[in-house]
Amino acid sequence: MVAAPSPMGAPDASGRFGSFGGRFVPESLVPACMELETAFSEAWADAAFRARLASLLASYAGRPTPITECPRLSAELGVEVVLKREDLTHTGSHKINNVLGQALLAERMGKRRLIAETGAGQHGVATATAAAYFGMECAVFMGEVDVERQALNVFRMELLGATVYPVRSGSRTLKDAVNEALRDWVASVETTHYCIGSVMGPHPYPYLVRQLQRVVGDEAREQYRERSGGRDPDVIVACVGGGSNAAGTFAGFADTAARLVGVEAAGGSAVGHGVPGIVHGMRSLFLQDEEGQVLEAESISAGLDYPGIGPEHAHLAELGRATYEAVGDDEVLAAFQVLARTEGILPALEPAHALAWVIRAARDGTLAPGTKVLLTMSGRGDKDVAQVKEMLA
Amino acid sequence: MSVQAPHDDARTRATGRLESALRERRAAGRKLLVPYVTGGLGADWVDIVRALAAAGADGIEVGIPFSDPVMDGPVIQEASQRALAQGATPRSVLAGIASAEVDTPIAVMTYYNLIARAGDKRMAAELARAGVAAAILPDLPLEEARPWCAEADAAGVETVMLAAPTTPDERLARLAQRGRGFLYAVGLLGVTGERSQLAESALAIARRCKQVTDLPVLVGVGVSNASQARAICEVADGVVVGSALVRRILEGAGPDGAGEFIGELRQALDS
Repeated sequence: MVAAPSPMGAPDASGRFGSFGGRFVPESLVPACMELETAFSEAWADAAFRARLASLLASYAGRPTPITECPRLSAELGVEVVLKREDLTHTGSHKINNVLGQALLAERMGKRRLIAETGAGQHGVATATAAAYFGMECAVFMGEVDVERQALNVFRMELLGATVYPVRSGSRTLKDAVNEALRDWVASVETTHYCIGSVMGPHPYPYLVRQLQRVVGDEAREQYRERSGGRDPDVIVACVGGGSNAAGTFAGFADTAARLVGVEAAGGSAVGHGVPGIVHGMRSLFLQDEEGQVLEAESISAGLDYPGIGPEHAHLAELGRATYEAVGDDEVLAAFQVLARTEGILPALEPAHALAWVIRAARDGTLAPGTKVLLTMSGRGDKDVAQVKEMLA
Repeated sequence: MSVQAPHDDARTRATGRLESALRERRAAGRKLLVPYVTGGLGADWVDIVRALAAAGADGIEVGIPFSDPVMDGPVIQEASQRALAQGATPRSVLAGIASAEVDTPIAVMTYYNLIARAGDKRMAAELARAGVAAAILPDLPLEEARPWCAEADAAGVETVMLAAPTTPDERLARLAQRGRGFLYAVGLLGVTGERSQLAESALAIARRCKQVTDLPVLVGVGVSNASQARAICEVADGVVVGSALVRRILEGAGPDGAGEFIGELRQALDS
């Protein structure tokens, strides 16, 4: 008898997780996606590549990141919260795990220019960092609205040698930054690698990025078991925009009994309010109108301001293996302050969404007292301090 | 016409209205001119379609505006945003096409989400009912086209395939086999928009396409003026002209100005 396939296995030959995924790109990009698919599958099976990536993750990115118990927060909430500390990586978020892998792939494919979209700027900073490290050229596309609310990250990218292009079309946020990066790639595909920042886009990106991020979940599981005498957490929680930190975390626990919860911004809840569609190269769930025009997401968090979700999350939601919750801006601001006050950790606004759900669920009894929660602290809050100050004023 | 497998070849398929018209004109020694206009752009866009037909277009591409047009440069992005702001929807554009009552075959150009949202079968039927001959879907590559093509074939809507400078020869042949109407050769690596110089890649891709197919081969993307159109038609069967026309419309050309511009291109190709 064959064992049931893991709910987070490889996609099928067409790049689908269930009915989601695929490769809906202009013809110009099809050969490049195929080349990347082959390059990734060869590299991932190549021990030398894996060793080089592991060494970079250790010596440059600062892995493994620890897990941290939260005694004061846990006492306040009545559930036991442990954080996986991606905020402690170099550049301050989980994005570095993905970009180091993709930069290595770009090098392997002979491409010396990286382009990236960014919302909050964390992926842009990570890509600019990898480009500097590898001596590559780097262009980052960022919605004009985000350029304004994340001015510090724009400056960081420029210090790192990247060129930041403010995107003025459409909603001038993450969705439009992806459009503009795709347009650049259509013109530059022969020399450029598009370093997509989340588990989204055309095949093989959703799979590739999840595999590069699963180090988060794999480490966390081992660390948690070591700490808890072999026991897994009851609930795994992570925030979801496109969904890369959640996908990486879930991948480590998909074959355990742990409940998986992705937390979206209420204004960008693709699982809650989206319908199937084909945007940015993938079939997934998107906020859109009756005609199929994509709607604008709205969130205080630039990183979650995306009207879609990675196709594997759409699949996990359909399977019921993961559930997706939405929290509002006010809950997020409160969560931000609670963690700072109780544990001395300033979370980025994105993972503050995950914490906001834990707080709500602990209070309303969705999480029974004593529930063991593992939450991925996907990034640090330094970039958001000025914005939070303004909002609390 | 029966539902064919999407990778069937030229011997087993019916020839649609757009392809018949283009083949006939090519056989008569004419170079083919297909202008593009964004549907729903301005109150007079249907009159512009009529003016293009009167100016000697061999086919007309009508864009159904989409919120996230990744294959389009600034001009068509602007036109799409304006048309959407003016209330354009797939249904209103199709109603406009139906009301134009032109003999010139019309192809709609749009992004696949607008079709997927309505459903392949329903949208294929709506296109046919509006009198649309063909569909051009730049984000629906060969590997993903099967469900749509089955419905489009059944409804008698020709699906135009796009070939790019990066397309390998072996794949080019398969695109040509699946293609209906004409083979759309993307003239350069890049999004739609005017270019001051004709890209080297335009002639190269036209030549490669001509080697693998008997379908009319039209070059689009980066074809901006009469001299570029003429140069390409040394190799290709014709051209698609989009941004150069749409820019004029955005600047207020109106039906007369649009017809005049396409008339100039017509003359250049015929002389």
